[in-house]
Amino acid sequence: MKVLQALGIVLALMLVAYVGAALPGGRTLFGVVLPYLAFAIFIIFFIAKVMDWAKSPVPFRIPTTGGQANSLPWIKQNKLDCPSTTLGVIGRMLLEVFLFRSLFRNTQAEVHEGPKLAYGSSKFLWLFGILFHYSFLTVALRHLRLFTDPIPAFVHALEFGDGFMQVGAPVLYQTDLVFMAAVTFLLLRRLVLPNIRYISLVADYFPLFLLLGIGTTGILMRYVLRVDVVSIKMLTHGLVTFNPFIAESVTGIFFVHLFLITVLLAYFPFSKLMHAGGVFLSPTRNMANNSRMVRHINPWNDPSIKPHSYAGYEDDFREFMVEAGLPVDKELPPKEEAPAAEGDAPAES
Amino acid sequence: MYDKGKIIPGLIVFVGLVTFPIWYGLATTAGPLPNPEKPTNAKECVEPVEFMRSSHMVLLNEWRDNIVRSGGTRKGTTADGTEYVRSLQKGCMNCHTSKKKFCDECHTYAAVNPYCWDCHIQPKETN
Ligand code: HEC
Ligand code: HEC
Ligand code: HEC
Repeated sequence: MKVLQALGIVLALMLVAYVGAALPGGRTLFGVVLPYLAFAIFIIFFIAKVMDWAKSPVPFRIPTTGGQANSLPWIKQNKLDCPSTTLGVIGRMLLEVFLFRSLFRNTQAEVHEGPKLAYGSSKFLWLFGILFHYSFLTVALRHLRLFTDPIPAFVHALEFGDGFMQVGAPVLYQTDLVFMAAVTFLLLRRLVLPNIRYISLVADYFPLFLLLGIGTTGILMRYVLRVDVVSIKMLTHGLVTFNPFIAESVTGIFFVHLFLITVLLAYFPFSKLMHAGGVFLSPTRNMANNSRMVRHINPWNDPSIKPHSYAGYEDDFREFMVEAGLPVDKELPPKEEAPAAEGDAPAES
Repeated sequence: MYDKGKIIPGLIVFVGLVTFPIWYGLATTAGPLPNPEKPTNAKECVEPVEFMRSSHMVLLNEWRDNIVRSGGTRKGTTADGTEYVRSLQKGCMNCHTSKKKFCDECHTYAAVNPYCWDCHIQPKETN
């Protein structure tokens, strides 16, 4: 049901763009106005979201410990999975951001006969996740050929490398295949595994269908329906130089492709896709595990409330503790009999 | 706000990266729009010009496979009856006599660099 809902939304969006671009004024709306608007929303709300996170205090030092913590000198510390220094944290973050280290540690629980519970390593999510992200990055950077003139050398290098197999004309880009395969896997994973399906929401399916839609329309434009790349570049390059121009030969499928990307940009800051910024602000990843060396001050603390040590506590309540038979570090001072006895003693007279 | 010293520079880098095409466009001057030279020795291309503009590489691929793999014919006629050779060097480049002033006009603009010329001989450019 949730799957169909997400699929329905994406199909409806595609229809909206296809029909809308054919209406009077629709070409300017879908080709110029909405892309600008979406880009502005993307940047402004991305920053707003990060600022919101930056304003949230971290009351505790909560790095996830993925290995042996810093301990006694003869116990080997896992410096990257449980870093205790800034340098270690930087290393951990690099591994996380570029290689998805924590997904690589993914395990799968299985119940065998017995019943016995077994945990095995499960690398598929990591594999397809990383394939997806890097092929998407390559595809996005390749698109710079439509947004720059003169075209930077690294875009030419990507073009060349990506079409390395020289299959057909126009040459097949490997990343197109990898991208579609990886997104399809990520979707099937949610559909096929009952436990993952159970926790999947419309907000999980929607970005996947959106990406599939973007990939499919892009592939159709390049290999099947064929579009006039030169006039498309006049529009896209026009957009970034604030001088957009939509030629007659720019057709419906292009507007569908562009509108899906427009939606992706505008949706990004409000969705789970914000993990792109969030990974950098995750206290479980970006804090050093040094709570035994450095005192973490909770920013919520009321400065007028001073720390109260156990020794101080015992000083306050020692008499009561002794009375109640609780062990104390420091005994009560020996009783000075005289004044107490005097007071207590019944009058002799 | 916490960790200002790290988050603000991070955001600046982020905005810088996603707006790369904009400031790159401001920093560079774009070349002229492609203006492929029209042939003087013919009036018509081998297919309608809209089709050629978007799909000439598909056509070339078809010719190549047809001729090299299935021994297809090397002769063709345009809609108005002009005969041409179905060949990259002896066909396309017979009417479009300059690679630089025709093919490269668009290809440089769209960052395409067909590997065909690794083997096929380019026409001699007369400036
Ligand atoms: C109207 C502009 C234009 C002209 C003129 C033009 N091309 Fe192209 N050509 C393109 C575009 C744009 C592409 C890339 C299409 C894409 O990226 O989907 C392309 C791609 C190609 C490809 C596929 C290359 C690859 O690596 O994918 C070949 C081969 C090709 N052109 C050959 C030629 C030849 C030969 C000529 C000259 C006779 C020529 N073209 C003239 C615009 C043009
Ligand atoms: C018989 C001569 C002839 C042959 C052969 C020929 N062309 Fe053309 N081509 C023309 C003419 C003439 C035009 C201009 C048509 C027009 O503007 O109406 C043209 C236009 C084009 C255009 C569109 C240019 C633009 O201004 O947008 C492309 C691309 C193109 N040809 C590529 C090719 C390729 C690739 C081949 C080989 C497969 C080829 N042509 C073979 C004569 C020819
Ligand atoms: C590895 C070298 C090589 C490369 C690269 C190459 N070709 Fe060819 N091509 C040949 C050879 C050899 C023939 C056979 C020539 C003949 O039989 O006349 C041929 C024939 C053809 C033919 C049919 C006959 C003719 O005279 O044109 C076409 C069309 C063709 N190639 C197009 C292309 C295109 C388009 C590309 C680039 C996408 C390309 N070729 C890249 C070697 C190459």
